[in-house]
Amino acid sequence: MTSIPMTQSSAAETSEVEGPFLQVEDLKVTFPTEDGPITAVSGLSYSVEKGKTLGIVGESGSGKSVSSMAVMGLHDAKSARISGSIRVGGTEVVGLGESRMRALRGNSMAMIFQDALAALHPFYKIGAQLEEAYLVHHSSASKRDARRKAIEMLDRVGIPQPDRRVDDFPHQFSGGMRQRAMIAMGLINDPSLLIADEPTTALDVTVQAQILDLLQDLQREFNSAVIIITHDLGVIAEMADDVLVMYAGRCVEYGSTKEILVAPEMPYTWGLLSSVPDVTASTDARLIPIPGNPPSLLRPPTGCPFHPRCVHSDKVPGDLCRTTLPELLPATSGPAHLKRCHLADPLKVYRTEVLPEIAPDLVEETR
Amino acid sequence: MTQDPNAETQVQPTEVGANAAEAGERQLTAEASDAYGTHEVGIDNLDFAAVAEHGHAASELDPDAPAVLTVDNLKMYFPVKSSGVVRRTIGHVQAVDGISFEVPKGGSIGLVGESGCGKSTTGRLITRLYKPTGGSMMFADQDLAKLSNSEMKPLRRDVQMIFQDPYTSLNPRHTVGTIVGAPLEVHKIVPKNKVLPRVQELLEVVGLNPEHYNRYPNEFSGGQRQRIGIARALTLNPKLLVADEPVSALDVSIQAQVINLLQDIQAEFEVAFLFIAHDLAIVRHFCPEIAVMYLGKIVEIGDRDTIYNHPHHPYTQALLSAVPDVKQAAVGGRRERIRLEGDVPSPINPPSGCRFRTRCQFAQEICAKVEPPLLQIGKRHKAACHFAGELGAHPATPVTTQLLGVDDQGSPVPGATPTNTQLTIPGYEKTWYDLKTKQTTGA
Amino acid sequence: MFAYVVKRLISGVLVVTLVSMAIFLLFWYGPSSPAQPICDRETSNRCTQAKLAVYEKTLGYDNPVYEEYGKFVKGIFIDRTLTIASSEYECTAPCLGVSFRTKQPVKEELISRMPATFSIAIGGAFLYLLFGVPIGVAAARRRGSVADKALVSSFLFISSIPYYLFALLTWLYLTITFEIPLFSDTGYFSPISEGPWKWFSGLLLAWVALGIFGCTQYTRFTRGAMVEALSEDYIRTAKSKGLPARTIVYKHGLRAALVPVVTIFGIDFGTLLAGTIFTERIFEIQGIGWWSLEAVYGKDLPVVMATALFSAVVLITANLLVDIVYSILDPRVRLS
Repeated sequence: MTSIPMTQSSAAETSEVEGPFLQVEDLKVTFPTEDGPITAVSGLSYSVEKGKTLGIVGESGSGKSVSSMAVMGLHDAKSARISGSIRVGGTEVVGLGESRMRALRGNSMAMIFQDALAALHPFYKIGAQLEEAYLVHHSSASKRDARRKAIEMLDRVGIPQPDRRVDDFPHQFSGGMRQRAMIAMGLINDPSLLIADEPTTALDVTVQAQILDLLQDLQREFNSAVIIITHDLGVIAEMADDVLVMYAGRCVEYGSTKEILVAPEMPYTWGLLSSVPDVTASTDARLIPIPGNPPSLLRPPTGCPFHPRCVHSDKVPGDLCRTTLPELLPATSGPAHLKRCHLADPLKVYRTEVLPEIAPDLVEETR
Repeated sequence: MTQDPNAETQVQPTEVGANAAEAGERQLTAEASDAYGTHEVGIDNLDFAAVAEHGHAASELDPDAPAVLTVDNLKMYFPVKSSGVVRRTIGHVQAVDGISFEVPKGGSIGLVGESGCGKSTTGRLITRLYKPTGGSMMFADQDLAKLSNSEMKPLRRDVQMIFQDPYTSLNPRHTVGTIVGAPLEVHKIVPKNKVLPRVQELLEVVGLNPEHYNRYPNEFSGGQRQRIGIARALTLNPKLLVADEPVSALDVSIQAQVINLLQDIQAEFEVAFLFIAHDLAIVRHFCPEIAVMYLGKIVEIGDRDTIYNHPHHPYTQALLSAVPDVKQAAVGGRRERIRLEGDVPSPINPPSGCRFRTRCQFAQEICAKVEPPLLQIGKRHKAACHFAGELGAHPATPVTTQLLGVDDQGSPVPGATPTNTQLTIPGYEKTWYDLKTKQTTGA
Repeated sequence: MFAYVVKRLISGVLVVTLVSMAIFLLFWYGPSSPAQPICDRETSNRCTQAKLAVYEKTLGYDNPVYEEYGKFVKGIFIDRTLTIASSEYECTAPCLGVSFRTKQPVKEELISRMPATFSIAIGGAFLYLLFGVPIGVAAARRRGSVADKALVSSFLFISSIPYYLFALLTWLYLTITFEIPLFSDTGYFSPISEGPWKWFSGLLLAWVALGIFGCTQYTRFTRGAMVEALSEDYIRTAKSKGLPARTIVYKHGLRAALVPVVTIFGIDFGTLLAGTIFTERIFEIQGIGWWSLEAVYGKDLPVVMATALFSAVVLITANLLVDIVYSILDPRVRLS
């Protein structure tokens, strides 16, 4: 284990010259159904460098999981149509053959899932599941090597007595330990890209803190690119370098975490910020929900997909919100912050109207 | 639901938005709640000011409100059976072990803690889904803990429950009208022909289209189902609602809708809430008073400001520091936090003395020997810790020795008389134990 | 585990006792005297009231029911001598009585009929799994395709035909209409000790009928369980590890899907072992099922009793074995 991070970091230097490890461009994922095609992801572009963390935020049905599963090539070729470009470490994976895709999956990229109890096979021992993940990408390794590696990984993710717990079944682990085992399995082949889909949603806060700490430590050690999918803006704020806000299968805002959470320019992002209370917020702050429900992907709204729930569309002249999909354009602060909104000066609306309601204590600071 | 031209006439006979005085605002509220109901509605004139008006700031505490429910030394032990031909009881899961608190009339108290701390069991005890092993729960001069199931029946009208999972808590074969109206028929409160109007009124109160009474639960989204669950709980005008994780199964944008609705209902019907949740931020918003539980016991209880800004128990401090904070985005990186090692111990065989000591960085010998009492240390603040103090200012020697008649290591001092009056009462005393002077003081 | 098995065995003994009591009582208080058939047979249908009384007396039907039942239970543990009319029959423990019709000890006759029934059961059950499971897995992997839909609906069609009709049609077409020589030997069970080919060809048609009918059901069970297993989160995890499709489907999917299939199979196999009445009747194979049917016709109380007890014991054992196997297959299940 000691020598691996060294080779990893030297590899990272070379790939930094080549650009981001993961580059997604104009990704579109469609599922044909009897009622017509469902476009779950549309026109999505983003990139993640090694050693960096991208947070993807959105509600159920926003396409945040679907897009990440497309990166991993986990969609069934028969039921999903994928177009656009996904480059993992320079390899184009859209349209890549199954055997070459399989060599990448679990090896240079890995994914960990929300509900570790359901995501681990109930009938196989934790150790056997880790060994299997190792052996499939190390054909020359022996069973004993794999077992040693499994114990080493369990130890690395902080499972006490790993040489004994390796022979436990998943149901004998606590929730936090199962998630640790899941992470150990994801990292057993030192992937350069780790996708964590709601990794802490089902966990208690103190356990969540442990798991987030662990993910951060491991990322530092392995210098991998990390994608964290979550609906919790607090997790995003503490973990992510960049944030991608998704709504109805599209990116609606994208930029550095500080930009997006301090100076958001898209009413949906405002809605997310205003509908979640904060443990340290002023008690004068109002909890302002987003009206309505997430849209149907079968019949998405015309124009801006958020317009039926948007409480600021009255500030846009004419029928623009209803008829025209806004382009993903640079925000006030420059091209590193992209937003999809027709409002002429969204930052001003946010600071003068929204912020005083949801965080009266912050108004002075941001001026 | 289509754009409803009758919105104004429908809203007249009901009390939706009773706190909005003007007629214009009244219509606005109805429109807004319409909008929360379904996404098919085309909302033309929904502006931010109107929606923001509907949003609520955190609930406030009424310190003079009398208690509607007084829980005293409540215990629930579940037997653990041995395997074998003859199954003997070999131990007990001490799910709830001697907790005391009060729920103020029309107010709300929050129960927080991690899974397995006993907060959900407490909710189920109060609604008498379980019969407690010991202790009392005084409600309207009756002890809910002692009543038989048939004696409980009339009181079930007054104590209702809202469940976590809107997908499994509604019978899929019953229409919404049947679900919401069933309690009316069971308790024979209104004549049969008055059931439907009452059901429609309730649906309107929770922001659903009253015309939808004959639809089935699967035709509604998660947030709407939770509204149906709330309407059902409200049917009998309860005085106390036990809400067990009422929003944790919902999408974030929907959570706020439901929390606002619960605040509206509280203001309008003066119903008291026992609000059980693991989300500390939501509990902080909804409850002016909070009890923190760990392994079957309340470790700290107090008003919002005290618990969130001046917690004295190491577990509360650790719990709060673990919550990820959106504001951290401005600074970058992780927040400083107290790391708790390991997992919660088994409630079958909890640690001796203080149950938190196995994971506590301040634990000393006394913590294993003597259980710390839930001591009132402020006007509305109690904490169960031998080393209670603000973060970074925990005392070096135990603060409880005089009261318990023990020395600093927890061994009994010969001849000392423990002064453990006021240690277990459910509410707050006028006087309390001052940690600095180690004397009883008062306001 | 041991305590669990002991507990289950105790309750099994209880069930067997109740079954035997129920049958005893049903015959005792039935519309005609239990001695009537034997009297009819012995007197060539000239049974008079007086003669009937003699038979009843020697058979003990003039005693109280509990006394006779007590004798029956005692005979399970101790040798007894039975008297029918003027003849005496030695019956060694465990004594299940003497057939009213053949005057043979029931136990020996039961044992002699086991090979036929067991041969049918093992062959049929083997075909259930041999075809049912792989076809089910294949259908689940191609679910929604034309082949899958065709398979599911045709198998649903077959299993909606009553089994006796299906078996009769199989017999009719394969042996009479098409005169396939392979199936012509059917109806003559010969033990495997007298040559495996004779044994095989005599049973083949019965196996085919039973196997086809059963495998349609096993295909549907397996397909359902497999579709469910393949949609589990852990299959997605297996895929994300980069495992080949074969490993995902068989090692991860089928392993989980087999648990419900094995459960149903255990019970089904028990039912087959207890006697396949239709199969044995239609293909004229004189196994336990055939024998028990004859006994019911002939009101042969000791034989009916023995076959009922036998099937109770087999089914209870099968149930217990299924539970034990279940706890081995699924580590989350602990028997207690």
